[in-house]
Amino acid sequence: MTAPLHGTTKDAEPVASVDVAANAVKASVEGRSLRQIAWTRLKRDKLALAGGAVVLFLVLVAIFAPLIVSVLGHPPNEFHQEEIDPLFGTPKGSMGGISSEFLFGVEPSNGRDVFSRIVYGARISLLVAFLAAVVAVALGTVFGIIAGYFGGWIDTVISRTMDMLLAFPQLLFIISLVSVLPNDLLGLSGSGVRIAILVSVIGFFGWPYVGRIVRGQTLSLREKEYIEAARSLGAGRRYILFRELLPNLVAPITVYATLMIPTNILTEAALSFLGAGVKPPTASWGQMLSDAVGTYQDDPMFMIIPGLAIFITVLAFNLFGDGVRDALDPKGTR
Amino acid sequence: MLAYLIRRLFAVIMMLLVVTLTTFAIFFMIPKWAGSDPALLFVGKQSDPEAIEGIRQKLSLDDPLLVQFWHFIEGLFVGRDYANGNDVTHCPAPCFGYSFRTEQAVWPQLTDAMPVTLSLAAGACVLWLVGGVAAGVVSALRRGTLWDRAAMGVALAGVSLPIYFTGLLSLAVFSYQLNWVDVDYKSLGDDPGVWFQSLVLPWITLAFLYAATYARLTRATMLEIMGEDYIRTARAKGLRERVVIGRHAMRSTWTPILTLLGLDLGALLGGAVLTETTYNLPGLGRLAVTAISNKDLPVILGVTLMAALFIVVANLIVDLLYAVVDPRVRLG
Repeated sequence: MTAPLHGTTKDAEPVASVDVAANAVKASVEGRSLRQIAWTRLKRDKLALAGGAVVLFLVLVAIFAPLIVSVLGHPPNEFHQEEIDPLFGTPKGSMGGISSEFLFGVEPSNGRDVFSRIVYGARISLLVAFLAAVVAVALGTVFGIIAGYFGGWIDTVISRTMDMLLAFPQLLFIISLVSVLPNDLLGLSGSGVRIAILVSVIGFFGWPYVGRIVRGQTLSLREKEYIEAARSLGAGRRYILFRELLPNLVAPITVYATLMIPTNILTEAALSFLGAGVKPPTASWGQMLSDAVGTYQDDPMFMIIPGLAIFITVLAFNLFGDGVRDALDPKGTR
Repeated sequence: MLAYLIRRLFAVIMMLLVVTLTTFAIFFMIPKWAGSDPALLFVGKQSDPEAIEGIRQKLSLDDPLLVQFWHFIEGLFVGRDYANGNDVTHCPAPCFGYSFRTEQAVWPQLTDAMPVTLSLAAGACVLWLVGGVAAGVVSALRRGTLWDRAAMGVALAGVSLPIYFTGLLSLAVFSYQLNWVDVDYKSLGDDPGVWFQSLVLPWITLAFLYAATYARLTRATMLEIMGEDYIRTARAKGLRERVVIGRHAMRSTWTPILTLLGLDLGALLGGAVLTETTYNLPGLGRLAVTAISNKDLPVILGVTLMAALFIVVANLIVDLLYAVVDPRVRLG
């Protein structure tokens, strides 16, 4: 990796950093911004677009969950004992009780509507994954840029901290932390607390990955002529860090953030599966799978549906993220 | 080289100290701050004040955090005595203390669980390395062909699947429906047949998920390396393609693979939490999950420390291997 992601656009116009006015004119004539190039490439990538469409659909489902459930389902915590076989505790009918009334069937033993729980589960999954990525990216960018730009002992301290965090047994740590933290904190209660805890711990253990990338990029960018130019013009540190360096880091950060969301979804689901996620009765996919451990032999549908929900969501984000990465790649040919 | 080793070992020790101290702090400080008491965790909520006071004395729970931490470290190396008046319990080194729940010493529990996790990780690792790297190399060399697309499609699915879903599916199909495997774990020494049967499904599912990542990584690295000048040079001097790939390209392909392997293997050995929970294997991961739900601090501390140890040691070994594998790397 010798060329920074912006190299292509910058190198194409060597005069740009000298004459700002000419830059604006030139850009409108021949140069295309990174965003335009990326967008043109992304539009040609069918798989990435399909992934993006599914992502968009899921986001809409999460936002309009109450509306969707009121039209197509039953309240997520409403029991439907009449749908359950009293002898075995399994849903009546084949395929886990799937019918026009219950689109994804019902939960064994208490008959809650699986469709509604999946829809509401999407909220938790996406919310936690997205916010945790925001936390990780914010922390990682700030610390990475500081470590890379200032170097010296500041770099040493930040880099060692990152190494150390990466060597922590993360999953064990997170479940331990969640298990000892109190149920009400900072005025929040119920699922609010758990969501806040999940977001902070997943984000906290995620920032070193972003930090390392940002630090590496900053190290190579800070020696570039345009930074030297800004410095010689008397720009302050903060200006250089956030107005000169940061815009050039947007591409790698975007790529990493997009690919971090699916990982976070898997982590949230794993934590819920282990009982360290949001508390019941709030629905989450991992928790549904964990409930299915006891019943999958008699009612495999109740395991397959949340599993597929996780799979499809993560796959869609991965496809989209891969597409974004390829679109923003300066070595890309298209 | 020696200086490098010493520096790294020092870093490893620092790392382990920090992990231990953090775990310690989490389980002693947070409950205190939230208004409960570690001694209460030990004896249960209904016990009389005298019993609680006794426990407090015996485990020295009133000492400052750092003093307790020091006693813990001391116990690891020379063993320690728990004393409340005449009631003395000696715990030989390496002393990880006694479980709050079962009152069993922690160290034997760890040594019992370790071989399970080790068998799981070792078997899966061999499968995913062979499968993942081979698939990645073939994909890179036949870029754009049907094989490449199919393999990368499967790999993308693999990185998007959670182990507890594929695990349950595999159990539902192969264990419950087809009845091919027996799933209750027995150790290799007791009954090799049962040992193998109980691990076959976890090995394959785990290896499939990991192989996906390795195939993607191998393919990407290989594609980058095949464009390097030294590959052109190797071809120009008339080496056969098999030598160019096997001897020249593969050597640098191994570097990122090794990095990832160090991270993954270290993390897995410290407890394949999800896999062991799904397949009900009595390894370190399941021990940790049980301990966490019981708020059993000494056991949690033990497993976490072991897990951190595996991670740092795996990373150290990988760093040393770099120099062996990649001629461009010099340690210093």
